[in-house]
Amino acid sequence: MIAYIIRRILYAIPILIGVNLLTFALFFVVNTPDDMARMQLGIKRVTPEAIEKWKQQRGYDKPLLVNSAASGADKITDTIFWQKSASMFAFDFGYSDDGRSIGREITTRMGPSLAIALPTFLIGLVVYVSFALLMTLFRATALDIAGVALCVLLMSISGLFYIIGGQFVVSKLWHLVPISGYNGGASAFKFVALPILIGMIGGIGSSSRWYRTIFLEEIGKDYVRTARAKGLSELRVLFSHVLKNAMIPILTGVVVVIPLLFMGSLLTESFFGIPGLGSYTIDAINAQDFSVVRAMVFLGSALYIAGLILTDISYTVVDPRVRLS
Amino acid sequence: MNFMPVILWSDALVFVLLATGITTAWYVRQREHLLLPWRRVARGSVAMVSLLVLSLFLLVGLLDTLHYRVALPEQNNSGTAYSPEVLSVFDKLVEPLRVQTEKTYSGPFAITLYAKESITDAQGNALRDYPRLRYGGAHLTDESQRDGDVLWRAIKGVALGVISVIVFIVLAGWAKRSLPTRVEHAPVGGRVSCTPHTLHSLLAAVLIIAAFTGAVANLATAYHVLGTDKVGQDVLYLSLKSIRTGLIIGTVTTLVTLPLALFLGVAAGYFRGWVDDVIQYIYTVLSSVPSVLLIAAAVLIMQVTIDTHPEWFDTAASRADLRLVFLCLILGVTSWTGLCRLLRGETLKLREMEYIQAAQSFGVSSLRILTRHIVPNVMHITLIALVMDFSALVLAEAVLSYVGVGVDPSMISFGTMINAARLEMGREPMVWWALAAAFGFMLVLVLAANLFADAVRDAFDPRLNRTE
Repeated sequence: MIAYIIRRILYAIPILIGVNLLTFALFFVVNTPDDMARMQLGIKRVTPEAIEKWKQQRGYDKPLLVNSAASGADKITDTIFWQKSASMFAFDFGYSDDGRSIGREITTRMGPSLAIALPTFLIGLVVYVSFALLMTLFRATALDIAGVALCVLLMSISGLFYIIGGQFVVSKLWHLVPISGYNGGASAFKFVALPILIGMIGGIGSSSRWYRTIFLEEIGKDYVRTARAKGLSELRVLFSHVLKNAMIPILTGVVVVIPLLFMGSLLTESFFGIPGLGSYTIDAINAQDFSVVRAMVFLGSALYIAGLILTDISYTVVDPRVRLS
Repeated sequence: MNFMPVILWSDALVFVLLATGITTAWYVRQREHLLLPWRRVARGSVAMVSLLVLSLFLLVGLLDTLHYRVALPEQNNSGTAYSPEVLSVFDKLVEPLRVQTEKTYSGPFAITLYAKESITDAQGNALRDYPRLRYGGAHLTDESQRDGDVLWRAIKGVALGVISVIVFIVLAGWAKRSLPTRVEHAPVGGRVSCTPHTLHSLLAAVLIIAAFTGAVANLATAYHVLGTDKVGQDVLYLSLKSIRTGLIIGTVTTLVTLPLALFLGVAAGYFRGWVDDVIQYIYTVLSSVPSVLLIAAAVLIMQVTIDTHPEWFDTAASRADLRLVFLCLILGVTSWTGLCRLLRGETLKLREMEYIQAAQSFGVSSLRILTRHIVPNVMHITLIALVMDFSALVLAEAVLSYVGVGVDPSMISFGTMINAARLEMGREPMVWWALAAAFGFMLVLVLAANLFADAVRDAFDPRLNRTE
């Protein structure tokens, strides 16, 4: 098992290198540091000296890949690629345009992001599975059809609508929770309740419908017929046989997103003013802070790959039929 | 009036798509086995009604794709100059909606502006009141007449819509009967594709849509049916213009997704070995980057390129358009990986089938096996995936525009409408109509697309057992 996990982690390294090269190409080759400087300083009135100064302040004044002026190991290390891109493997993200350490920002902002994303994920999972089970129990009846129709309708509504509508009704009309903001500790509840609720509702359509399909697929299998033939009640069949077996595809499907919960949600956080990683990313995009965007791309893909590894491991844990090869 | 046709990049791509679509439809029509699943689609009334709605959206989008520039009145013989404003045939059709702009916000069916202003009345006294709109309800003398007028116009519009549909149907039936009847081939088993039930629901839908469109069209001549936005533009006009942007995002992206996914997925599955390794590596790298971030990075970079090369674009529209095309390209690059993985898996299964092995032992070339045997057998997966992707892309546009990496801010789209309107929620009384219009139009479009996609999936999925 441990050898398997180590092998999986080793497989992940080339992919991370690929992501790193991709971001390097996007941010430094397609779009040179000169372009970045011009954009930050304004296109019109910009002198070559100003560009040079801007690049020097941020360490972009080095050669891209090979520094022929330097000697020894510096030939490789005293370059943009080494200092800005390769350093991310050590989770050294450097500084944002306003001079703050990106690494420190990430660690302080992870908490609020998780405070929203984790409950949304857990409550969501329970609600979606229960709703899907309910539809499966009443399959091919009017209730099931109405449930599926509701799912399709909910799926067709833009996520922005849930957020704007929820803020309007709950915060503005009913004055139940503040419209936006965040506070640590026990008082956080009133700030996170609405984002969690909205995040949960936003996913109900697609997830419940997908889980229902999985349940229906399971319910057509032979072991279910056997269980019914034994004389088990339909509820018993559904809960102790179908649910258990259907949890394999469901769990392995959701495990991949668990590490990504750290990244938070872009929309929810920026609408509700939560100081998490999602709003950090949005702010960086709006301020065109390339170093932050670069860091988030790398962090996001590292977490995604961690999710893939976790998925593979969870397969072997929940499904005894899967053997490690 | 003199004009010059303009073909923007996205227009050209839409024409390519349209040509591909028509060719494919013609090709499928010739072959009964390809037509069969489509007949199954045609039997569902929900599917046909959603197709009807989608085609109406498509019609608006296509009319909005035929662009031109009007010639300016000639000045001191310097040759014909064309207006920098790029218009479309659709703009021409609904010209009153486009031109009749108010000063600022006004509610649906309002006859006065949304906020009080200092005005001077006929006697020259300055007072604060709601100023009348320039166009909305301008024919009325005061507010009390409005409700009756609205009702009367709506009824007239409904009647007009319904009557025109009935006349059209009667004329079509009459024309069909009076034409010299061809010798009809005896229908092969199950040729009937539309059941009476489907036909009835389709007819009902046509009547309802005609009545609704008639009423709205008739009302729109005298009122701003959905109100006006901050700079006084008609919200109905903005919503209708947004349709093209949404459709382009949903469809042109296919032009990137389809070749990449099909070519790479089938190649990876069929050749295996190092080809498979390389292709798997590429799509794992691409799919591991969170797509919003990849899109954001690419769009930010494109923005730099566009800003540093203003000389590439002769009009603002062509600049916004290039950004739209580029956005489609990026969305395509981020969204082909899922389909590619599916196709690879399916090809891995197919290549072990007897008929492929038979072809291989006959010495049929790999290229021929791929094009003749593998690709036709994975087309249903491709079609289902593409139809399913459409609604997700339309929704994604709104989110991306909110994040600031979507379409150009000057381009009318659901995303830019929502983005502009969401700050007005805090006003008292609330400015809700622009948001409601954008969400409403988006809901109808996406719901129709989702329902149609479900029907297509059910009809094409070979896993579903059917007794036919």
